Amino acid sequence: MTDLTSLTLAEARKGLADKTFTSLELTDAHLGAIEAARVLNAFVMETPDQARSMAKAADERIAKGDAGPLAGVPLGIKDLFATKGVRTTACSKILGNFVPTYESTVTSQLWRDGAVMLGKLNNDEFAMGSANETSCFGPVGNPWRREGSNTTLVPGGSSGGSASAVAALLCMGATATDTGGSIRQPAALTATVGIKPTYGRCSRWGIVAFASSLDQAGPIARSVRDAAMLLRSMAGHDPKDTTSADIAVPDYEAAIGKSVKGMRIGIPKEYRLDGMPAEIEKLWEAGAAWLKAAGAELVEVSLPHTKYALPAYYIVAPAEASSNLARYDGVRYGLREQGKNVIELYENTRAEGFGAEVRRRVMIGTYVLSAGYYDAYYLRAQKVRTLIKKDFEDCFARGVDAILTPATPSAAFGIGEKGGADPVEMYLNDIFTVTVNMAGLPGIAVPAGKDGQGLPLGLQLIGRPFDEETLFSLGEVIEQAAGRFTPTRWW
Amino acid sequence: MNASVRQGKLIKGQTGDWEVVIGMEVHAQVTSQSKLFSGASTEFGGEPNSHVSLVDAAMPGMLPVINEECVRQAVRTGLGLNAAINLRSVFDRKNYFYPDSPQGYQISQYKSPIVGEGEVVVELDGGKVATIGIERLHLEQDAGKLLHDQSPTMSYVDLNRCGVALMEIVSKPDIRDAEQAKAYVTKLRSILRYLGTCDGDMEKGSLRADVNVSVRKPGGPLGTRCEIKNMNSITFIGQAIEYEARRQIEILEDGGQIDQETRLYDPNKGETRSMRSKEEAHDYRYFPDPDLLPLEFSQEFVDELKAKLPELPDQKKTRFVADFGLSAYDASVLVAERESAVFYETVLDKLGNRARDGKMAANWVINELFGRLNKEGRDITDAPVSAEQLAAIVDLIGEGTISGKIAKDLFEIVWQEGGDPRALVESRGMKQVTDLSAIEKVVDDIIAANPDKAAQVKDKPQSLGWFVGQVMKASGGKANPQSVNDLLKSKLGV
Repeated sequence: MTDLTSLTLAEARKGLADKTFTSLELTDAHLGAIEAARVLNAFVMETPDQARSMAKAADERIAKGDAGPLAGVPLGIKDLFATKGVRTTACSKILGNFVPTYESTVTSQLWRDGAVMLGKLNNDEFAMGSANETSCFGPVGNPWRREGSNTTLVPGGSSGGSASAVAALLCMGATATDTGGSIRQPAALTATVGIKPTYGRCSRWGIVAFASSLDQAGPIARSVRDAAMLLRSMAGHDPKDTTSADIAVPDYEAAIGKSVKGMRIGIPKEYRLDGMPAEIEKLWEAGAAWLKAAGAELVEVSLPHTKYALPAYYIVAPAEASSNLARYDGVRYGLREQGKNVIELYENTRAEGFGAEVRRRVMIGTYVLSAGYYDAYYLRAQKVRTLIKKDFEDCFARGVDAILTPATPSAAFGIGEKGGADPVEMYLNDIFTVTVNMAGLPGIAVPAGKDGQGLPLGLQLIGRPFDEETLFSLGEVIEQAAGRFTPTRWW
Repeated sequence: MNASVRQGKLIKGQTGDWEVVIGMEVHAQVTSQSKLFSGASTEFGGEPNSHVSLVDAAMPGMLPVINEECVRQAVRTGLGLNAAINLRSVFDRKNYFYPDSPQGYQISQYKSPIVGEGEVVVELDGGKVATIGIERLHLEQDAGKLLHDQSPTMSYVDLNRCGVALMEIVSKPDIRDAEQAKAYVTKLRSILRYLGTCDGDMEKGSLRADVNVSVRKPGGPLGTRCEIKNMNSITFIGQAIEYEARRQIEILEDGGQIDQETRLYDPNKGETRSMRSKEEAHDYRYFPDPDLLPLEFSQEFVDELKAKLPELPDQKKTRFVADFGLSAYDASVLVAERESAVFYETVLDKLGNRARDGKMAANWVINELFGRLNKEGRDITDAPVSAEQLAAIVDLIGEGTISGKIAKDLFEIVWQEGGDPRALVESRGMKQVTDLSAIEKVVDDIIAANPDKAAQVKDKPQSLGWFVGQVMKASGGKANPQSVNDLLKSKLGV
């Protein structure tokens, strides 16, 4: 019954409700797919026993007629989410074999709604990266390859495991997190749908922190509708996270298929980069044309501070990270490398436990917060952040409902191809996505086409705060027009 | 109230007088059931690491949530210090590595504290007062404790205290000598205890002070200061300041200069020693904690707390002086400790005639009760004579049932044996005899036995006292002295 893995979440929900198949069958199909796809390195921990027992429980609930909205649906969980009794490492050596005694709010809401956990997904170490190459478990393979090439490409990052697993049909959906583009960029590079909701929409409680003021959880899914279904369960106010918003979560699925007629779509001129590949430009125009054809109105808008977003992001995010990662000291849990005294214990543990990119960001963050540099870097970056936010507010105040941009400046690239000599080369992957985190806005990446080598490309829609619904409506228009893309299986 | 003094005791050096300038940072543990950002208990003691939540242990993905009771306590304290309350304040991270700080940072308030400027009036010897400015009060997390004596090669960590709420109360450099410093901490502690925002138990570490000391020529520019860390005794604070000021004066008079540094006081040696220099000082890399939104509340929230604030020592003192005619000194003795004031007020409550006997009750509390407690090294909370009993004794004196002298005997009986004073007076026949016919016989007998003296009284009215004494003695002290006096006067014709 391997074809069960090719269903969308919405189709699986129907099949389960109609008793065409059971959750156990659906789960087993995916467990088989995972086993066959180990070469992708998408999963860092498979939990088949737990998956089957959760599936059986879901089947019982379905039989009794009290199935939750995600009953019996097998999902993958990014290793940044704490899962009770299941090793959680953020793909860092420093967490060693850390097994939380607690479950993150987001995942506990998925289990509440009946979802099944297949295992933990690979990601960049502490979510720091744009290619899923910094994981202590090694890189993740993208199920997509260039036409006629056997080169394994990156799936993007940091939620590379999530994107790869969803694209390769290893799970029906996955949790992910996005601090500067870590949901949208890998989604775009794998032809999956990824939404980073508004900051505060999902609780951060139980998610290993990277940069607290930017981190936000969201789903990566096979379709816009699937993403809407997953986000509805993941979102919601949590008193344990004071930055989570006490705003009711709408039925996002109801936004699918809603007319976009009369909506004003902003096309920001600052996103037209020098040297941008022609096919990205073409894709962007195609997306605009589809929305126009659906009745939306296109307007050119200006977001003048866009060019400062990436540098400011690489001050704010490392600053927060340098402090957030201070707790990994070898004293209470995770890796410990002994030393002659406590300072040596810290130094040895952190030198051994953190990879190069994490160390780099901890150093940058420590530097920008240091006495004498704080005003010049951190404080200025916060001011830039305020201006970026204002750019968007001004734009929305002029009646723009959403903003359309490319999701990434290029398609997927080969493992080890980028950032080797200059980390900024890698950071540029997030050029279109970081602004959204800096402004705390919702953004969705939707597959929209392929480049000349047959690799998927995505478009990004940016919405008003807490207006994810508009993004789902517009995203589905693009999805309908562009069609869905499935990689050819090579693994 | 007396005018506030602006000077302290100067210290004589070889080059003349020196003035000491002192500022203090007092860390007061907030009285609350649970910690500042977690639900873990704040109970003192307990097995190591038995009051530790996932947040306190800084497990991955844990987030702080502000404890509203701690916010209320900080606002109450600010109001008690006559300070400005900031309706918006910000929590910052103070980054440093040490195993007593699992997060790798302490959540504190740096640029925007919850409480701004205020002042405290402190009582000095000789009825003088000094006004000490408060710079700010902010909320922050306490650290855990390292145990170095559990293993020869390792240190252990106890996180029970980790995350408990502290109020750091920063004074202005308005303190001018050791006496003022001690009086300031004493007064601050008293205010906190009245408010119920800190138990003030210095032995348990609920109240500790960092003392900044510098010296200068009177009226000159401020000198370089040294900070004496973590003082948990008012006596030691005084000793440390005396020592530190003299140390600095000696260095300066020898032509040296003071290095800004952190020092520790060693009470056994009676000296301070260097802990770390300015160069070794941490760069704490403060920045606003992105896990916490700015702390905001309304003026109504503050007003509500203000309306429910208990009467504070200064107000109580003023009231005692005005309502019962107490001396300012007696009133300040009674209000200095919350428990003493509570005791006195309970006595007042139970008195039959508060207006008449309020002052007498104060004398009894201060002289008899406190005197006796001091002698036995006991605490007011553990006094063998209750407020009710003491009130009954004062009542008995006030209404003329017993004399002051008998009352002291009665107090002794109650102290030793307990019991209802009124019943004791009855059962032991201690009642003052006011019945004239009963005293008359005694008076007549004594006059008859001393005809010479009786004759002298007319010329020397002072000698009447001798007769009073004789009668009182004969009556076993129970005769009402006033009645005896009146009777003798009429019998002897004076």
